[in-house]
Amino acid sequence: MEAYIKGIGIISPQKTFDTPDFLSDVVETASNSLRCIEPSYKDFLNPTLARRMGRIIKMSIAASSICFKDSGVPMPDAIMTGTALGCLEDTEKFLFSIIDNDEQFLTPTSFVQSTHNTVSGQIALQLKCMNYNFTYVHKGFSFESAVLDGLMTIAEGNGNNVLVGGHDEMTDKYYRVCDRVGYWKQETVSTMELINSKTSGSIAGEGAAFFMLSNHASAENYAKLRSLKFIYKPESQQDVENRIMEMLAEKGLKPEDMDAVVYGINGDLRFDGVYNDLKDGMFKNSTAVYFKHLCGEYQTSGSFALWLASNMLKKQEVPAAVLIGEKKHTSLKNVLIYNGFMGDDQSAFLLSQC
Amino acid sequence: MSSKVYVTGIGIISAIGNNVAETLDSFNKMHSGVGTLEHIISRHQADTPVAEVKASNAELAVMAGFPKGHEDTRTALLGTIAAKEAVKSAGITDMKEFRTGIISATSVGGMGMTENLWMQYLDTEQSGPWLKFIESHECGDSTEAIADSLGIRDYLSTISTACSSSANSIMFGARMIKQGLLDRVVVGGVDSLSKFTINGFSTLMILSKEQCKPFDANRKGLNLGEGAGFIVIESEKAAKGKTIFCELTGYGNANDAYHQTASSPDGAGAYLAMEKAFNISGLKPADIDYINAHGTGTEINDLSEGTALDRMFDKKVPMISSTKAFTGHTLGACGGIEAVFSILAIKNNMVYPNLNLVTPMPELSFKPVTELKKDQKINNVLSNSFGFGGNTSALIFSRVKE
Repeated sequence: MEAYIKGIGIISPQKTFDTPDFLSDVVETASNSLRCIEPSYKDFLNPTLARRMGRIIKMSIAASSICFKDSGVPMPDAIMTGTALGCLEDTEKFLFSIIDNDEQFLTPTSFVQSTHNTVSGQIALQLKCMNYNFTYVHKGFSFESAVLDGLMTIAEGNGNNVLVGGHDEMTDKYYRVCDRVGYWKQETVSTMELINSKTSGSIAGEGAAFFMLSNHASAENYAKLRSLKFIYKPESQQDVENRIMEMLAEKGLKPEDMDAVVYGINGDLRFDGVYNDLKDGMFKNSTAVYFKHLCGEYQTSGSFALWLASNMLKKQEVPAAVLIGEKKHTSLKNVLIYNGFMGDDQSAFLLSQC
Repeated sequence: MSSKVYVTGIGIISAIGNNVAETLDSFNKMHSGVGTLEHIISRHQADTPVAEVKASNAELAVMAGFPKGHEDTRTALLGTIAAKEAVKSAGITDMKEFRTGIISATSVGGMGMTENLWMQYLDTEQSGPWLKFIESHECGDSTEAIADSLGIRDYLSTISTACSSSANSIMFGARMIKQGLLDRVVVGGVDSLSKFTINGFSTLMILSKEQCKPFDANRKGLNLGEGAGFIVIESEKAAKGKTIFCELTGYGNANDAYHQTASSPDGAGAYLAMEKAFNISGLKPADIDYINAHGTGTEINDLSEGTALDRMFDKKVPMISSTKAFTGHTLGACGGIEAVFSILAIKNNMVYPNLNLVTPMPELSFKPVTELKKDQKINNVLSNSFGFGGNTSALIFSRVKE
């Protein structure tokens, strides 16, 4: 099961749309909750419709529209998205009005928009796309499950171009709630210092990223997605390494063939061990890259990592802002992404240059 | 790779029974599970009938086999009970014997817990052991609870496509087997009643104040329900030598792309989903012996689905019923629960009645079955599930040829 990444659209806390720049001008935030830089929605949506839509729905529609344009595919053969929290803002709005008004005087808009499949449904509705349509909601496997479905759909011959996406939003309230179970750092950490942090907790993030997976080889593609593996609650570091070795071996590759590895390091001393051990052990000869200081920690952050790795391969460039230590590669042919959400639901993507 | 996907285990809990045997007993006695809401304090308790599982969370925890005092979301408890029954019925004792996954489905996950604790979560002055439930809000939480209790590690996922969620989890699991990614998968879904969904559907004005009447000309809306339905599906290799319930021969997924919540009047998305399922199964509409309809009892669904069925079957619709008047509409769980009903229809050669039907819809050519029918020859069953966001899905279960 393999596919090419033909186009991408991404809205993130960095300048990732409407610019040829590739992370040379990093947005640094003096807060532990990174929020997306949003586009002007009138370019993507009828303003009347946009006014009623929640933020994550608008961001996702914008990101998917950018992806359609970037890929030159106006109508995908299938749509699959991943989101752990769905449309959180609308969910909170409806929940709060139930509690606050004692189940009276409620209106349906926020309930209707709260369902997790609102985004994939809205994309289909905007396009009048009656094709296969799925939404995955499994924590740190949400986006990865959507990508797996995309790879399977292409392998089955049920699509030439399939849209896969990941989207999650953060709200002030949910930030506070998750803070109570130790998700976030208590001290404010600056963007470029996250990796040096020696405390528990990470910084919150969000984003909407869409990819057009295609079975069509072309020099214009970003990268070739060659494998994707899910590692649920690994028993040990050895277990992680064995499974990565197995994944590489299936493609006739060895750890030293990885020119760069993108790690889901989130600055939380409880969870970064798995990445550091890979970086200093199995992949000590590969260029090390990290990204969560730029997009924050969130369940579908794998979509930001996939955007980063795809662009690294296409542009043959590793931006200074994501580099850990020295560059160890001469050219970028194979890149591995190893990511997880708060230590759980770990996954590995293998990408190659087109 | 396996070209066939076999059903080897079934498990269910809903308002009409805590397991397969109790469920069949309720069908035999024509006992509906729709009644008064008991386990949630709500303004709607008196005037909105629901189909609730007749047990408290503490009782469910015992049924799920957890140690005394174990607390979890109702979603995780219901899911664990049904998934465990399915795994037991499949005779699985060693999870490591084959690559095993679980794909669950839910519409609101741990919302039943979140809605009770939300204000406490936000108030940093208050603290307690309930803080551990913060993470149970996520839809994937109940799936991981089920997976951990069963020892499943090779693959986990959760699907949420509103009321078609668990039909999609069954479809996705079958595709993973056919692609050779897994040998067997526990698939299905779970949802528990919550104030969130009761009030949500209430604002849409599609909750009936009386027992729902699917496919009746005077239908007044749906009754919400709760429960879980899981089945075990296996590859040819893994199922070898085992007792097989039936084969999952067809599945189809499409999008109606008509409206965020309402189905199109002609049921275009429903038609497409059924058409895809027939293409995969290689069966013709005339091969279907029984249809377990989505049949929610809302004005729009039943007309849209009925119109699509009339077109698909060229107005020669076989025996058909909606079982929602028994179980209520269990949202993300209904595809799993109704898959169990479809499988039991084949196993027992029976067809369930569409309760409360008085006046058939004049727009449709067919009249649903209103009595429990036994001694039928049921070889192929079509099960439909449709949801918000335009999601439409259809599954076909078939008797394994001797």
